[in-house]
Amino acid sequence: MDFLQIILTLDMSIRLSVVLLFACLAGLFSERSGVVDIGLEGKMLIASFAAAVVAFETGSAWLGLAAGMAASLVFAMIHAVAVIIYRGDQIISGVAINFLASGLTVVIGHALYSKGGQTPTLVGNARFSEVTLPFADALADVPVVGPIYSELISGHKPLVYIAFLLVPLVWWVLYRSRFGLRLRAVGENPASVDTAGISVIGMRFRSLIITGLLCGMAGAYLSTAQAAGFGREMSAGRGYIALAALIFANWRPVHAMGACFLFGLLEAISNLYPNIDVGLFVIPVQFTQALPYILTVVILAGFVGKAIPPRAIGQPYVKER
Amino acid sequence: MDKMPRWADVVLVPLINLTLAFIAAGLVVLAIGQNPFDMVFFVIKGALGSTTGIGYTLYYATNFIFTGLAFSVAMHARHFNIGAEGQAIAGGVGAAIVLLAVPWPHWTLALPAAILGASVFGAGWAAIPAYLQARRGSHVVITTIMFNFIAAAIIGFLLNGVLKDPNTQNAETRHFGQGAHLPTFEEIFAPFGDGLFKSAPVNVSFFLALIMAFLVWVLIWRTRLGYQIRAFGSSHTASAYAGISAFRVTIYSMLISGALAGMLSLNVVMGEQERLIKEFVEGAGFMGIAVGLMGRNHPFGIVLAAILFGILNQGGFELLWEMPGISREMVLVIQALIIIFTGALVHMTRDPLERFFIRMRKKRA
Repeated sequence: MDFLQIILTLDMSIRLSVVLLFACLAGLFSERSGVVDIGLEGKMLIASFAAAVVAFETGSAWLGLAAGMAASLVFAMIHAVAVIIYRGDQIISGVAINFLASGLTVVIGHALYSKGGQTPTLVGNARFSEVTLPFADALADVPVVGPIYSELISGHKPLVYIAFLLVPLVWWVLYRSRFGLRLRAVGENPASVDTAGISVIGMRFRSLIITGLLCGMAGAYLSTAQAAGFGREMSAGRGYIALAALIFANWRPVHAMGACFLFGLLEAISNLYPNIDVGLFVIPVQFTQALPYILTVVILAGFVGKAIPPRAIGQPYVKER
Repeated sequence: MDKMPRWADVVLVPLINLTLAFIAAGLVVLAIGQNPFDMVFFVIKGALGSTTGIGYTLYYATNFIFTGLAFSVAMHARHFNIGAEGQAIAGGVGAAIVLLAVPWPHWTLALPAAILGASVFGAGWAAIPAYLQARRGSHVVITTIMFNFIAAAIIGFLLNGVLKDPNTQNAETRHFGQGAHLPTFEEIFAPFGDGLFKSAPVNVSFFLALIMAFLVWVLIWRTRLGYQIRAFGSSHTASAYAGISAFRVTIYSMLISGALAGMLSLNVVMGEQERLIKEFVEGAGFMGIAVGLMGRNHPFGIVLAAILFGILNQGGFELLWEMPGISREMVLVIQALIIIFTGALVHMTRDPLERFFIRMRKKRA
């Protein structure tokens, strides 16, 4: 494997990890506030559908992004009403949201375009185009630094940069802002937050709003930046990988970026080099594909490192009477 | 604490929630410019209008009974097994290995062996998440999701490798042979008239599913282990004081759950496909959650819910011909809405209703 191949592999990993990163940060807000979110997959799917439809109809990828975020927000609010207000089971609600998204996207898509749930191919401004950073072309011929800058760092869609800029922002919100302190407290010990006169329900709602918006960006990226249109079940389990990355990162934003990049790298490797011959035996592509899940189980089992979820996660909050 | 009458809890609340789900689904159908009543007509016609339709309905119901039971057994111990998908895949691999290893002379010999293969592999796939939950405290919800994906990768690996039939391009095993053929309803009911259940895939696994439903009822309400599972499910601390081993309950409930999920493969892999293919579970594992919820984790309710979901599933295919404007996935939307209203939003209708009954009783007193 030569230098350029490594650069190209890493470049692909970045592109593939962006969806995971958006969804993972989305899940982080929900789960840190004490609400389990296995509905990331469904929110991402409905967002990628809404984004593709609006981008196609208006010809603007940015309007598509807004539509995707709105659709995902609606689903997040269904989850919020069910689990925060009506104290429904968070897992059941999440499963239902995933089902609802995989059904609705095809039903509406079929009614709109009669193409078996697919949306028409997006062209021109309906798709996000690459941003070329300053001096990228000029530096391209410089050895080592040139390819790294012009191939790896420059030439991505705007959402890629937004995703990576979100990481320090989320870190700051979570650990340095008043909102973040309350958010973490509400996921660890909601009764104490309630005692301090802050509404647990309000905090959890606000967290789920953020979750919805971020997850919408993940979905919009999928259909208007990574691909050119919506295809049925296009999220293909990425919501669950993002959830795995969140656990792998121990519910911390900067680690989440690392985990998403690692899982993106594994996906890139399985795409580019299906079966890897390491001399003694061949690593099958299925092993590379399953590795994120295996790693997450290992972390969950606590044999290497230890996953410590927010303490109040999964429990509806009932005020004492 | 006052409670509402049992009939309201068992019949009225699910009925109201189901109605709400169907109203919501009807609104979706209206929104895409179709007539919901036409849709109901065609779904019922497709699912129950002919013995072939009924045969398909019962075929899907068989899958949902297995996964619904699987979900409910773990749920009685308050363990959220959403790994039925992966456990069914493992069961399929187990059944296929048993059926391929021996040239079976007759299905009466092949079926018990395949039950053993499917349930041992299904239980085995649930064993690791169960152990990690019991000993390391890793939540089964997450580990079983992960195990679904790992199972999908493994079956892909096996069907492109050791288990692959070299005579075909497809990722599948060779045919299990005539000796492993399970009698279909078409063959069983042939003496009663020609063309009954014509070319429907429903087979003797349906009866196996009913037997399992009965056995689960016996297990949960008539055995010591079942009592321990329910006690543990109601209160971890109280059952610990009563000397019930959390480890034992967790492991057993998850193993039984996994074995039941694994048996889905008898219906699909052994009964219908007669060879192992890659994507034979097709979401039935997840649907088991809805079936378990609707059936209130009681085997009788689960069988009824499984038949309802079977009707939806089969009727959905009929839409393809009768109402081309509605995609089959409308069924998925209905099922999702049923989960939302009977599962996630159950307190929305149950709590006001409970208050209503309590007020009525106070007035009378």
